[in-house]
Amino acid sequence: MSNLIPLPAIFIIGALFIPFWGGRLKSAYMLALPVLAFITLVSMPEGKYWIVNILEYDLIFGRVDKLSMVFGYIFTIITFIGVLFTLKVADDMQRMAAFMYAGGALGVTFAGDFLTLYLFWELLAISSTFLILARRTKASQAAAFRYILVHVFGGLCLLAGIVFYIHNSGTAEFGYIGLNGAASYLIFIGIALNAAIPPLHPWLQDAYPEATVTGAVFLSALTTKSAVYVMARTFPGAELLIWMGAFMTIMPIFYAVLENDIRRVLAYSLINQVGFMMVGIGIGTQLAINGTVSHAFCHILYKALLFMSTGSVLFMTGKIRCTDLGGIYKTMPLTCLFCMIGAASISAFPLFSGFVSKSMIISAAAHGKLAVIWLTLQFASAGVFHHAGIKVPFFTFFSEDSGIRAKEPPLNMLLAMGITAFLCIAIGIYPGPLYSILPYPVDYVPYTGAHVIGQLQLLMFGALAFCLLILSGYYPAEMRAINLDTDWFYRKGGRLFYHAMDRIFNGLNSVSDRILAGALASYLGRVSKEGPVRVALLFLAPVWVLVGIKGEKLAQKRLNIEKAIDTGTSPIGISAAVATIFLIVIFLLM
Amino acid sequence: MKKELKIFDKPKNVKRLLGSFYVSLLILLIIDFFIQKHAEFPWEGATEFFAVYGFISCVLLIFVAKILRLFVKRDEDYYE
Repeated sequence: MSNLIPLPAIFIIGALFIPFWGGRLKSAYMLALPVLAFITLVSMPEGKYWIVNILEYDLIFGRVDKLSMVFGYIFTIITFIGVLFTLKVADDMQRMAAFMYAGGALGVTFAGDFLTLYLFWELLAISSTFLILARRTKASQAAAFRYILVHVFGGLCLLAGIVFYIHNSGTAEFGYIGLNGAASYLIFIGIALNAAIPPLHPWLQDAYPEATVTGAVFLSALTTKSAVYVMARTFPGAELLIWMGAFMTIMPIFYAVLENDIRRVLAYSLINQVGFMMVGIGIGTQLAINGTVSHAFCHILYKALLFMSTGSVLFMTGKIRCTDLGGIYKTMPLTCLFCMIGAASISAFPLFSGFVSKSMIISAAAHGKLAVIWLTLQFASAGVFHHAGIKVPFFTFFSEDSGIRAKEPPLNMLLAMGITAFLCIAIGIYPGPLYSILPYPVDYVPYTGAHVIGQLQLLMFGALAFCLLILSGYYPAEMRAINLDTDWFYRKGGRLFYHAMDRIFNGLNSVSDRILAGALASYLGRVSKEGPVRVALLFLAPVWVLVGIKGEKLAQKRLNIEKAIDTGTSPIGISAAVATIFLIVIFLLM
Repeated sequence: MKKELKIFDKPKNVKRLLGSFYVSLLILLIIDFFIQKHAEFPWEGATEFFAVYGFISCVLLIFVAKILRLFVKRDEDYYE
């Protein structure tokens, strides 16, 4: 085993050589990397490899078990698909960032200790930022800046939690933690931020729609799903996750209905789908964990397919808002078809991938007699079909003809979508192979009469509601507008903070300037200039009066003293007298 | 440019699509009577539960979303 290259290194080191290749060789090289990773992956038996001892800690770069393998498979598969999709985009920065990013995801997946996990966790954050920056628009630069700041915050929470955890427990092993104590909550917050659990979710809907067409494909697959993996390892059975996950499935769908930017609709539906996974982790039974893992697997594929097909529209037309699109099926029928396959899969239509995975989580909720959760998940399922299943394809490809006549995207993009669409359907029809790689033995049959009919009724009558609402004109119109989300707190709050700090500190500064530099300094100047004259006169004037000096002579004497002290030429006698008086005063005061 | 697909430009085709959609809904309602159910919750086994729940869910979704819009909608340049 030890002679094999560590899996994450294939992508991370491989990325460094991308600029040295040209033309078709570059394409072949980039496609070969995930293939090599996949071959390495399937030849890895369970166990721990690539252990490096640093400062008394074992950094484990290869902890292989069933849970890490599933995520390893899907991350490698989606990297291949993503690279195929991106071949025609001549931007090495994006390509290198994508491979670094995928390497980070594999690193997180196969990390056996928390320090290694943290290392790759940060690599995920940094490399993915470049996929947003690479769009090279003002909006994307700003979104990328916010994105990295939020992730640095999450990363620091995770790091603090890890340091406390290692200090308390004496072990750095990356395994079950459970929610108890400050360390565990800090780790939980760090992971929850990457999993986009509300209210820590807005970075996702803020940044992903600003990413490049190809970058969004990688983004949709890696960050949240590696967080799902880490959550499934560290906090299975945490009841808090059931409730947070259930809220996470419903909150975004309201936004998705209102949203005008198609890729932002998909970002919201991504959060909704990860909500199902969080519920599964929270329930924590074998069925629920199997459901979560298989749903993550299927979700990566159909979400990537949706981001690829809508991304193709953006790539070919330069437009992505509902209000700008419509009628594109006429000239982009294949892209439209792929989008609809992705939409059917995310909606969990029978014979599509979402059906065989999501239903395991909902069944686990039913087995646990979690009635409210079950009803919530069913509501969310209907809602998903509504916005991701119908709205996305409808407003992008059908709806009112926008007059846009764009061609299909290049062949490599169509091929990437075709492969993904094939996998979505293949898993839906024949889930056996997917079930066989899940962490626990699967005793679940998705295709029963009641389940198929129940699901079809739920979806089709949801569609009926959509039809009737659209035809009646009650459906909320697509508008060129944005909708406030919790990012308001740091976007507006950040500015508020800036202005408040500006007012407070610059105010303090100007007040200090006025008091210290202005008033106090000139006062001290005056005192030090006039003080000695006044002190001298205070004592000399009564003496002069007593000895009979009056009138003009007295005024002349005063003037002489002022001049003498001003120029530093006072008679020694006066200075000595003043010093003596000063000493006497001090002596008396003491 | 190759020739365009125009199937939904013809109102007849849209009507056909909607017609077959309504027929499939009807079939789903009828089949429900003949399906053996294995319900975990009492309501899950109720006749046409999923049809009613799916329809109500989506209407509720739109209703709540419209209310939400009143509070969260802003101009596109709000943050600029």
